[in-house]
Amino acid sequence: MSRGLLFSILFHAFVISMTVLTLPFMLRDPVDLPPIVSVEFIQITDKTNIPFAPKAREILEKVKKEDKRVVSEQAPPADKAKEKPDRIPMPEDKKEIKKIVKKKQNPEEIKPQIRQASEFEKKELFDPDQIAALIDKAKEEQAETQKKSNKLTQSSVKDSFARGLSLSEEDALRAQIFGCWSVPLGLPYDEKLLVRIKLKLKQDGTILKSEILDHERMNTPGQSFYRVLAESALRAVRICQPLKVPPTGYERWKDLQLNFDPTEMLKG
Amino acid sequence: MKKIIITLLFFIFSVQNANSLIKVDITRGNLDPLPIAVSPLHVDEKSEDLKGLKEKKLGEEISKIIERNFKSTGLFNPLKKDAFVQKPDIAHIKPRFEDWRLIKAQALVTGKILVKDKKLKVEFRLWDLTAAKEMVALSFTTTPTNWRRVAHIISDKIYERLTGETGYFDTRIIYVSETGPKDQRIKKLAIMDQDGNGTKYLTLGNELVLTPRFNPTNQLVTYMSYFKNMPRVYLLDIETGIQEVVGNFPGMTFAPRFSPDGKKVIMSFAKDGNSDIYSMDIETRKVERITEHSSIDTSPSYSPDGKYIAFNSDRSGLQQIYVMRSDGTQVKRITFGKGLYGTPVWSPRGDLIAFTKVRKGRFYIGVMRSDGTGERLLTENYYQEAPSWSPNGRVLIFYRETKSDSKGKGFSAKLWSIDITGYNERMIKTETDASDPSWSSLLSK
Repeated sequence: MSRGLLFSILFHAFVISMTVLTLPFMLRDPVDLPPIVSVEFIQITDKTNIPFAPKAREILEKVKKEDKRVVSEQAPPADKAKEKPDRIPMPEDKKEIKKIVKKKQNPEEIKPQIRQASEFEKKELFDPDQIAALIDKAKEEQAETQKKSNKLTQSSVKDSFARGLSLSEEDALRAQIFGCWSVPLGLPYDEKLLVRIKLKLKQDGTILKSEILDHERMNTPGQSFYRVLAESALRAVRICQPLKVPPTGYERWKDLQLNFDPTEMLKG
Repeated sequence: MKKIIITLLFFIFSVQNANSLIKVDITRGNLDPLPIAVSPLHVDEKSEDLKGLKEKKLGEEISKIIERNFKSTGLFNPLKKDAFVQKPDIAHIKPRFEDWRLIKAQALVTGKILVKDKKLKVEFRLWDLTAAKEMVALSFTTTPTNWRRVAHIISDKIYERLTGETGYFDTRIIYVSETGPKDQRIKKLAIMDQDGNGTKYLTLGNELVLTPRFNPTNQLVTYMSYFKNMPRVYLLDIETGIQEVVGNFPGMTFAPRFSPDGKKVIMSFAKDGNSDIYSMDIETRKVERITEHSSIDTSPSYSPDGKYIAFNSDRSGLQQIYVMRSDGTQVKRITFGKGLYGTPVWSPRGDLIAFTKVRKGRFYIGVMRSDGTGERLLTENYYQEAPSWSPNGRVLIFYRETKSDSKGKGFSAKLWSIDITGYNERMIKTETDASDPSWSSLLSK
């Protein structure tokens, strides 16, 4: 009996103390929360003027130097290439035609500081193919070593600062491809029309490798439109090259995925 | 434990790497026609001379037909031959892709022909100039007089490879040819190639003919003709010229159309001012009544799988389009818009129904989904009707009449075609005035 009474008293004491402790909190005014303000986060690249933390700046500058060195070793500036052709003997008629293509496709000059002379110009300058091959090899090796050394330190750190393209860079690229892409008109309205193309780019924006990601769908029966669509997207990329990529930060955009989807356009 | 941590770290790194891939969405492009170069087919020097056939010119003629076909689609832009960078004799070698790209061509057609042993051998290749690879290569052997059809078949194969849809160039169109003043029109059945060539007249013009329709096998045509001032439905075999009356109905029969398997003819039959829909088995001549309603039901059209029938009826008071199962059950109204809807025709692809709409005295040709949603009016005019689908369900052909002035002059009826996007409306040249067109399916399958 006394044991039961003791338990009862203890229990009551607990309940009362809990009530005393918690009730005042409930009586308090609700916390006055400030209204929610929506904020859009935009990725900024190393182009913007916001100063980096001292350590980050050090790393970035190191990377930039590295980039510059790569360029200067790889090829001479583009403006030099433009002056010379008259003075050197033309290798072949065919090559001259090629040169015209180049000019037509890419009339605007990209900043000479970073731009790498295209393959055709290279050939004109150091006509013997061997030299071009040597340069190519050197470039490959350079890229390879850079890749190795960067793998754990620079690239990962750099990525964390400036991942992706800035809005203006993305817009420039998008606008360029819009102009090159002839959308096939025979597409069905009710099918999924997304074509994903993965690109590996050279520093001058030309394409090293292109790959359709949903490749198996191209040969699916009843999906013949997909093959046509994928081919049109590939054609667009090829016609457009060299792509309008940012002059710096090759590591950022050397792998690029383009998602072609004409659904909105067809509906609109 | 160490292993787990290493795996976790590896996983985190790989996820980060995956995230670092830049993705750019391309949601717009241009709708400019694809620039294509059709090199004249190279005529082999060993070709024999044949009477009535200009072999030397044949290669060029075939390429011209292909170009005209492409141009008519609105999807391709055949480039001028003056700009071509290589001569036709490149049929057996790879073209110089960079040079062709110079003239902004994205695709190139090359080929050669050989006339030997009274046979015509044609080879052609389609090249993707930007990818620098062959897309399709085929060869045919046929009788030399068939060279026009060869040109159409080549056009079909290229169209198919470049658009992902079957072509519609190796097809024919049957229509009602009209001559004479408006109140005394002479109407004959006429048939021509899809591009307006090779017109043949199938009737003499002493009886009025209306609404010719192709059978899916192309051998037979059903049409309506007046016999002793009574409209009757006829069957005509194009190859033999034999024609016969379908069924023996006491009243008037209208708007006949074949079922997708070609075994039945569906039509409306009027009795005592009320018309209903009937189908008739061509072999057994057995007649089946499909609708039974006090309203006027006409213009029936089967869905390509044969399971449904679209028709128009005034059972709601105004003429609207209805869909029912092919046995007449589950009748469902699908149009609810303002105006009158008529002549529903199911697309060969099955996804759309084409129709004529009349509103405020204007005529529209339009398409909508088979449940009545997504109505799109493609073209509007003073008077136009009777849409008929191209076999790939991409283009509609119809006829349009112009208004005559107070003296009764200036009246004309012409065939027109339009893409289902509403673009590329164009008149099809016919020898005489024309109405009630019907497009055949592909002659070569």
